[in-house]
Amino acid sequence: MSEAPREAKGEKGKEEKKPRPVVLESGIAVKPVYGPEDLGDFDYARDLGNPGEFPFTRGIHPLMYRSRPYTMRQYAGFGTPRETNERFKYLISQGQNALNVAFSLHSQMGIDSDDPLAEGEVGRVGMAVDTLRDLEVAFDGIPIDRISASLTINGSAAIMIAMYLAMAEKRGVRLSEVRGNAQNDILKEYIGRGTWIFPMEPSMRLIADTIEYCTRHVPKYYPVSVCGYHIRESGANPVQEIAYAYCIARAYIRSVMERGLHPDEFVGRFSFNFDIHGNILEQVGKFRAARRLWARIMRNEFCCRSPDSMQMKMIAGGGGGGLTVEEPENNIARGAYYALISALSGTQTMALCSYDEAYTIPSKKAALISLRTMQMLVEEMGLADTVDPLAGSYYIEWLTNEFERRIMQEMTRIDALGGIVKLVADGTVQREVSRQAYLLEKRLQSGETVKVGMNKYRQEGAEEEHAVEFHEYDPAVARGKIEGLRNVKAERDNEAVRRALDRLRDAARGKQNLMPYILDAVRTYATVGEMTNTLKEVFGTFKEPVNL
Amino acid sequence: MSEKRIRVLVAKPGLDGHDVGAKVVAHALRDAGMEVIYTGLHQTVEQILATALQEDVDVIGLSILSGAHLPIAGKLMAMLRAEKADDIMVVVGGNIPRRDHEKLLAMGVSGIFPTSTRFEGIADFIKERVKDR
Repeated sequence: MSEAPREAKGEKGKEEKKPRPVVLESGIAVKPVYGPEDLGDFDYARDLGNPGEFPFTRGIHPLMYRSRPYTMRQYAGFGTPRETNERFKYLISQGQNALNVAFSLHSQMGIDSDDPLAEGEVGRVGMAVDTLRDLEVAFDGIPIDRISASLTINGSAAIMIAMYLAMAEKRGVRLSEVRGNAQNDILKEYIGRGTWIFPMEPSMRLIADTIEYCTRHVPKYYPVSVCGYHIRESGANPVQEIAYAYCIARAYIRSVMERGLHPDEFVGRFSFNFDIHGNILEQVGKFRAARRLWARIMRNEFCCRSPDSMQMKMIAGGGGGGLTVEEPENNIARGAYYALISALSGTQTMALCSYDEAYTIPSKKAALISLRTMQMLVEEMGLADTVDPLAGSYYIEWLTNEFERRIMQEMTRIDALGGIVKLVADGTVQREVSRQAYLLEKRLQSGETVKVGMNKYRQEGAEEEHAVEFHEYDPAVARGKIEGLRNVKAERDNEAVRRALDRLRDAARGKQNLMPYILDAVRTYATVGEMTNTLKEVFGTFKEPVNL
Repeated sequence: MSEKRIRVLVAKPGLDGHDVGAKVVAHALRDAGMEVIYTGLHQTVEQILATALQEDVDVIGLSILSGAHLPIAGKLMAMLRAEKADDIMVVVGGNIPRRDHEKLLAMGVSGIFPTSTRFEGIADFIKERVKDR
């Protein structure tokens, strides 16, 4: 037992076969064997603590999945609100206990279905939403008090959150009782994903407005989910994924503190969205380190006292960057391993990219396989039985320490360069991340990084697409949606809409919280495009720093 | 080298924000000795055409992952012909299912490079075809 680590270190070992070098995507060099000497002055109470106790390395609840399994929240939405409503009901009937709403690209960009800019996009990659009426239809018959909805929305998040709240109100749910969450993380949109609308300053204001408003009026709502996910998908490594997300979260926290709130009043309603593809144990180390570091940052840097603020809550899911277009059914196996990573890492919520997502938005069949994968882990294979089962492993604890150290180092570097807001505004982060994506792609093309079935064991000339059922774009959906919008516009009180938009414009010119004004406009059935354009008149639009 | 460097416009049409592929290919073509201009996100076909003419490029590379490649490529090809600028070669990359390749080629698109196409393949194709033009 004691021989192995020494040999691995290469100290006067016999001239046997040297182990091949392994360096994780995060840049961490890994030995073949780990032992007690790798843990240094490991202190259980300081470094791990019991589950549910500071620093929450082992999980944020004492019993974790034994008391409540992770929430299953497959991403869904396409076409019209009515079609989406049917898919929601189907997923719920199959045991899914939360919703993750996909919006059409134009809706994400604050553009109405009848705008020429939306041509060819209406309902293509998500549900097209123009007015409050659409959310009423999408959530019709869905028990929104039991089934929480996550809105994957960023550029137009303030408007969509307002629509969701207005819809809940109409259903008789008091604002103080509305549950759910929105992604609402604009800084990562500038880095990856790209559904930004306004310049950085007013965008940051809207984020602070939504957080402040929800803190004061909708206390059960999670108004922001900070996404390392898309930054990783854009080329960042797992250390940067966490580091950048935490820098972004700190920027939001500070902007809300300027409104006179203490972090303990609102950080408990922050959540995070992280990626799960790649080296299995590397990701587990990443998540455990991330949980511990968040607790320490909140306690030490932001002087939080509430455990709720220190508990890093996350959706750990997706994994799109790990899937391949080649032999798409292999992605079913990949998804299962990704789900394993997520479950071993103590996630609160899980969603999996479906096997056909390298081609198209998930088919019903593919979405169901993802849901079943998540159900199997907790109900069939025992992963809900024991909390943080890998704790105490020499390798995992060493890796957790190494990750925490490197994440802190990266955050310090970002701060020293002027902070995340500046580095995103001038395109520095985007350039760094895209260069890394290039290097990663080169490693894939050279075969240095292996993707089974893609750059190794590839079957030449194999028909790849037969396994995938394409989601066909249907122009009739757009026509129907546009007609529905015309009807809403004909029925609503257009004078009330105009007044609400005027008040919104005036408020945008001032400094007050815009949420009450957006809510008022939403209630008149003003469209997403009308509200966005009103705000554009005051705010202008973001100019992308294009530097490769 | 007396040869003029090939100028390529890498363009992101429409609302699709998946720009990793566009940026990665831009890096690769630059490393292959070409001059690369990247448009940034959310470009209309009109804007792409204007930039292409202004920058006097030899090639337009459209990167599309939203599934909207047929309408977008169709519109660009028609506008290039209308502007009598169809000497500019158009290639399309991204999430392009095999069954749409014929349709794109029939529109006048010169090359199709679905995700995970090797860089050399793209660069060699462009060099070969631009020389022939």
